Amino acid sequence: MTFYDDISTYSNNTAIVTEQSTQISYKTLLSLADGIGIHIKERCLVFLLCRNCLESVAGYVGILRARAVPVLITEAIDPSFLTNLMEAYHPEYVFSPTDTQKATYFGTTLYSFDNYTLAKTGYTGESQCHDQLALLLMTSGSTGSPRFVRQSYKNINSNAEAISQYLQIEAADRPITTMPMNYTYGLSIINSHLLNGASIVLTQDTLMNRKFWDLMKAHSVTTFGGVPYIYEMLKKLRFQRMDLPTLKYLTQAGGRLSPELSAQFADYCTHKSIKFIVMYGQTEATARMAYLSWEYARTKVGSVGMPIPGGNFWLEDDSGKTIVGSHRPGELVYRGDNVTMGHAENRQDLCRGDDNGGILHTGDMAQRDEDGFYYIVGRKNRFLKMFGHRVSLDEVEQLVRTVGYDCACTGVDDNLNIYVTKPDDDDKVKNLVIHRMGINQAGFSIIPIDDLPWNEAGKVMYSALN
Amino acid sequence: MIMDNHQKYNQVFMETFLLEESALENDPVYNTIAEWDSIGHMGMIAALEEAFDIMMETDDIVDFSSYKKGMELLAKYGIAFQ
Repeated sequence: MTFYDDISTYSNNTAIVTEQSTQISYKTLLSLADGIGIHIKERCLVFLLCRNCLESVAGYVGILRARAVPVLITEAIDPSFLTNLMEAYHPEYVFSPTDTQKATYFGTTLYSFDNYTLAKTGYTGESQCHDQLALLLMTSGSTGSPRFVRQSYKNINSNAEAISQYLQIEAADRPITTMPMNYTYGLSIINSHLLNGASIVLTQDTLMNRKFWDLMKAHSVTTFGGVPYIYEMLKKLRFQRMDLPTLKYLTQAGGRLSPELSAQFADYCTHKSIKFIVMYGQTEATARMAYLSWEYARTKVGSVGMPIPGGNFWLEDDSGKTIVGSHRPGELVYRGDNVTMGHAENRQDLCRGDDNGGILHTGDMAQRDEDGFYYIVGRKNRFLKMFGHRVSLDEVEQLVRTVGYDCACTGVDDNLNIYVTKPDDDDKVKNLVIHRMGINQAGFSIIPIDDLPWNEAGKVMYSALN
Repeated sequence: MIMDNHQKYNQVFMETFLLEESALENDPVYNTIAEWDSIGHMGMIAALEEAFDIMMETDDIVDFSSYKKGMELLAKYGIAFQ
């Protein structure tokens, strides 16, 4: 059972406010959701092409309530990548926007709801999804990998409950969307607020669009979340000078905000009586693992705080031994009910049970201070967060090699350096990275180099590049 | 070479959104070309502020919805386009 089976108790509360300012009650949301769900067989797989709109959220709730498994995918997905995913996962159904995807492309139309269509693909006789499997989410914004994270019913319940508890979410809260619902952080905001009978303002607009701020004011929004680049935008928009009297708290996750910017926002927020809450998570942990209570936003700046209710952290050294004491870096390991079942690369993997046993090695290097607050200090593996999404440096290198150049990547979050040997055509590499990896060109530089620095073992010496 | 305001403005658009100068005649609109998303928008504003040595107001940043609209908005900052 998930909390989606119980939210009917909020019957007359407003669940959704649409971009057109229509208010949808919980009762209406559930009847719309079940109107979709009734066409879907349990334990089947449904590709849900997501957009921050009523149809998409109703589809999500309806699929869950039908005990089928939604795969949350951005509606902006590259068509050839979508075809690859269809071949790898054989979904029985696709629920997608009618205006951007020809529903007939996916199969026979079963049902239409406003701008969305439910299609039956014709894949039949597939192995059933595991009993505990609730939904699938992608690990990154990359358009290359068919890899998804398998989240269980227990995962989404426990994480939504823990988040509700530490943010003290109540029915009077009113978040506005700032991230896509197929992104773990965006989805966690939807889940944790529906759990509590709160109202969610759905919009496709971004902070850079006047309509976003108009909606926010018109509907007395109390909170929103943001990955680091959203805070860069808020700074550019001179958040400190904005008049947003209904805003109660802001959250930040999806990558490390620089301590300078974090301190600035802690100050702005204090000044405006807004709580500023820095958090930490991964799709592999459903969404959230830690948060820094707002009271410590300034005194423990740069910290991701402490584990969420029900979670535990420890640090491991290279040999896997637990590190005791403070200020000693090691790999951050988490235990909790929100540690997901594992990954999937194809349909067969959806029969698998829990691979992780509640323990997640995060791949992040962290240390603890004498008061027990955790600080992320680096990464064990070679990847960056680009505008909130995980990008593997090795994957970028492999991609560039496919067009005949040698390549090595370094960098920090939101700032990727791609060293390319003798590129006769810079734009070719640039376009490849933009289109295949889905990275905005503001986030990377291509640096021509005569030869890569190799060591005697034949490995690239990344330290010699910076 | 000293660029006039129009050239500077076009240069920012071409470099930020990877466009040919000829594409600007079609009056590109926010969120309709791949590179002009919210991240691209932020980069463009930063580039314009640097190119013209100005600091734009919040209202103008969120109203900057197209190539032509941007030229109108910049007039407030004393930037004239012939």
